[in-house]
Amino acid sequence: MTMLPKATKKKLGLVTDLDICVGCHACAVNCKEWNTGGHSAPLTDLDAYGADPDGVWFNRVHVYETDNGNDTRTVNFPRSCLHCEQPDCVTVCPTGASYKREEDGIVLVDAEKCIGCKLCSWACAYGAREYDETDGIMKKCTLCIDRIYNENLEASERQPACVITCPTNARHFGDLGDPESDISKLVAKRGGFQLMPETGYEPVNRYLPPRPRKTQAGDTGAAARLQAAEDSKASSDFFSWLDKKLSR
Amino acid sequence: MHPAYSVILFTSASGAGYGLLVWLALARLSGAWEIGPATGLAACLLALVLVTIGLMSSTFHLGHPERAWRAFTQWRSSWLSREGVAAILTYPAALVFTAGWVWDGVSATLMMAAAAATLLLSLVTVYTTSMIYASLNTIPRWSNGFVTPVYLLLALASGGLLFSAALGLSGAAGMSDLLLIATVLLVAWVVKWYYWRYIDSATPPSDTGTATGLGHLGTVTQLEAPHTSENYLLKEMGYQVARKHAARLRRLSLLSGLVVPAVLLLLAGALQGPVQIALLLVAVISGALGIVNERWLFFAEARHLVTLYYGRSV
Repeated sequence: MTMLPKATKKKLGLVTDLDICVGCHACAVNCKEWNTGGHSAPLTDLDAYGADPDGVWFNRVHVYETDNGNDTRTVNFPRSCLHCEQPDCVTVCPTGASYKREEDGIVLVDAEKCIGCKLCSWACAYGAREYDETDGIMKKCTLCIDRIYNENLEASERQPACVITCPTNARHFGDLGDPESDISKLVAKRGGFQLMPETGYEPVNRYLPPRPRKTQAGDTGAAARLQAAEDSKASSDFFSWLDKKLSR
Repeated sequence: MHPAYSVILFTSASGAGYGLLVWLALARLSGAWEIGPATGLAACLLALVLVTIGLMSSTFHLGHPERAWRAFTQWRSSWLSREGVAAILTYPAALVFTAGWVWDGVSATLMMAAAAATLLLSLVTVYTTSMIYASLNTIPRWSNGFVTPVYLLLALASGGLLFSAALGLSGAAGMSDLLLIATVLLVAWVVKWYYWRYIDSATPPSDTGTATGLGHLGTVTQLEAPHTSENYLLKEMGYQVARKHAARLRRLSLLSGLVVPAVLLLLAGALQGPVQIALLLVAVISGALGIVNERWLFFAEARHLVTLYYGRSV
C-alpha cells in the first residue's frame, strides 16, 4: 500500500553526530554483516574479490572537506535511509511493495511484491535504495527491524547494528516523534538538522553539526581558566591567606 | 541518469503509436481527411504494434517481469501505476476503433464513441508517462513545466508524421494537410528548444552544501568516496554526458527530428503518387531518429540529487 499513513505513532530514526564520527566504516560493515543474514538477506556482492567489486550496502561513509577561505575541515559523513515522513520513494511504487509503517514510521520494501522497476531509487534524493541484481528487487535500510523488536536479544542489544557497533557513539537510535526521548533532547541541545529539507520529504533522521573549531589560542579555555583563577585569588580570603603563608 | 535503451524505445515507440491514434481518431471524428478503410485499419494496427512494443520493452528492464501485473494496483499514488492502467484502458477503445474501419459490426455511433475514447485515453496515457518523470523532485531537469508539454507535442509530432504517410497512401495528402503536420512538428521542437534553454540556465535547488548540511562551513567538496568502484547509485543515477557532445547531439536531433522531415513534408505537398509516399516515409524515419536522439539526451542530461553526495553538481 503506497499511500502514506496520515501520521505515525512513533518516528523511529537515527541521529548521526558529525562532530565525533571518525569515519571508520564500522557502521557500514556491521550493517552489512547483520543485514546479509537478516530481513533483506542476502546483500549480494558482485565481483567481491575482483578488481571492480560492487554490492548492496545500506550505509555509505563519505568524507568531505569544507573550505571557507580561512579554514578547512574534514568531516566524516555516514549516509543511510532517513525514513522520511513524506517519502516519494513509497508513493511512486506501482506495486505496493514500498510502504511506510504506521506504528513506527519505518520505510520498508516487501520483497514478494517488488518488480524491480527501480523507480523508488530514482525518487530518493539521499541514495538510500540499492538494487540487488541477483534477487531482481530493491533493498534498503530496515532500521534493523529484526534487531530492535527482537526478544531473543538482550534489551540493550535491541538497537540497529550501525548504532550498537559505533566505537565513538556517534550514532543514536530512538523515537524522534517524542520530544521527551533522549534522542530528541540530544537533537534539541546540539542543533540537529535534516539533510536537503528542500526536497520536501521531511527526513526523520537528524545529523548533529560539527562543533565550532577552536582556532584561536583563547578558544582552548586556558585564558579563561587563568583569569578565573586570578579572580578567585583576589576574592577568596582563604586562598589569599594560604598563598601568603605558603609563599613566605 | 543512465539512458536505458528499453525506456528510450518504450517512450518513443509508444509516444508515436498514441500520437498516430490521436490523428486517426481526429480524422474519423472531424471527417476532415479522406482515409480509406484498408489504410485506416493498417495505420491503427501499426499504432497498436508500436504501443505494444513500447509497453513490452518497458518490462524488459524489470527484475521480476512475471510480477508486472502488480503495477496496476497503486494508481492512487503512483504515476507509473496510472500509466499502466491508462494504457490498458486504451486497448478496448482502440481495438473497437481499429475494427470499425473495415467491420460493419461496429455501428457508426459506436465508431464515433470509440474514436473519441481512443483520442482521450491516448492523450491521457502519454500525459501519465510524462508525469512519471515530471513528478520526480530528485531530478530538477525533469520536474519542470516543460516535460509534459514536450512529451505530448512530440507524441503528436511523431504520430503526425506517420499520419502523413497514411494520408499519402490514401492519396489524400494535400499541401495544407502536410503544412499542418509540419506546423505541429515545429511547435513541438520549439518547445523542446526552450526546454534545453531552461535546463541550461535554471538554478539548481540544491548543492553539496545543502545535501550534507555542511554549507555553513564553506565550500563542500568530497575528499574520499565511500567505495573504490562504481556502485548501483553511480551506474544508475551518475551517468553524465559531456556538454560538448550534448550540444552536438541536440543539433543532430533538431536536424533529423525537425528540419529534414519538415522540408520533406513541404516537398511532398507539391508532389503526388509513389514519390510523395517515399518522401513521407523518409520523413517518418528521420523524425523517429530525431526523437530517439532527443529521448536519449532526456535521460543522459538529467542529473540526480544523489550525485551531490559524490561531489557533483545538478
